[in-house]
Amino acid sequence: MWLIMTTLAAIITTAIWYIKAPEDQYKLGFLSLFLWGASLMWFVDHVMAYLMEGREFIEINLDATLLGLSVITLALLVWVVVLLVTDPKGVFKSVLKV
Amino acid sequence: MACFLVPMGEAIVTTVIQKIVENREKKAGKERTVKTGLYWSRKLSWLNRLLWGGTILLALEHIWHGEVIPWPPFLTAMKNPADIAPMLYEIATIGVAMATFVTIVWAIMIFIAERKVKAIPETKFNPVSGGGE
Repeated sequence: MWLIMTTLAAIITTAIWYIKAPEDQYKLGFLSLFLWGASLMWFVDHVMAYLMEGREFIEINLDATLLGLSVITLALLVWVVVLLVTDPKGVFKSVLKV
Repeated sequence: MACFLVPMGEAIVTTVIQKIVENREKKAGKERTVKTGLYWSRKLSWLNRLLWGGTILLALEHIWHGEVIPWPPFLTAMKNPADIAPMLYEIATIGVAMATFVTIVWAIMIFIAERKVKAIPETKFNPVSGGGE
């Protein structure tokens, strides 16, 4: 389930990045690559577990859904921290000057 | 069990390489490579984002499933000697496959980006764009 949720988040972020491009003031390019990295790795993990161990390709249960939400939350948290630290809009500069 | 350690190792190496390349490009006045038109530091930043994203989010998944703990030996498989061999096997198979797959996808991205850059007339290039973005 977390594979589907992360991939969906990656697709949405990429679409928003493309709509806003070439401007990337909010670092959506960073967020989309971040999410795509995890989606690709989990895809390989799921395929190999399915082929080697015969595990379910997609687990659909509450635990897997909560993990998916946690993963997206962590990705957004990392993105916000990067955004605030780099401050591409110079918000902190202008706020602190006042 | 610990498959994300392989992409993490690759991410550490490529991050160091990106920093070195970035410094060299700055020293060289950020002259764009004649062959592709894209800075290597920029290309490597894409790979680093893919690898670090995967590593950090997979680490969370491993913590969630109790495979990684915040105290030594950090990997629960290390507590039981019988689990060490399967863990190493997983690292060698799934971990290497993950890192390879992400790198192949990145190489395809670079190939497509280079072709697109080549198709743009030279005057449309912005010489200041590049670096880590």
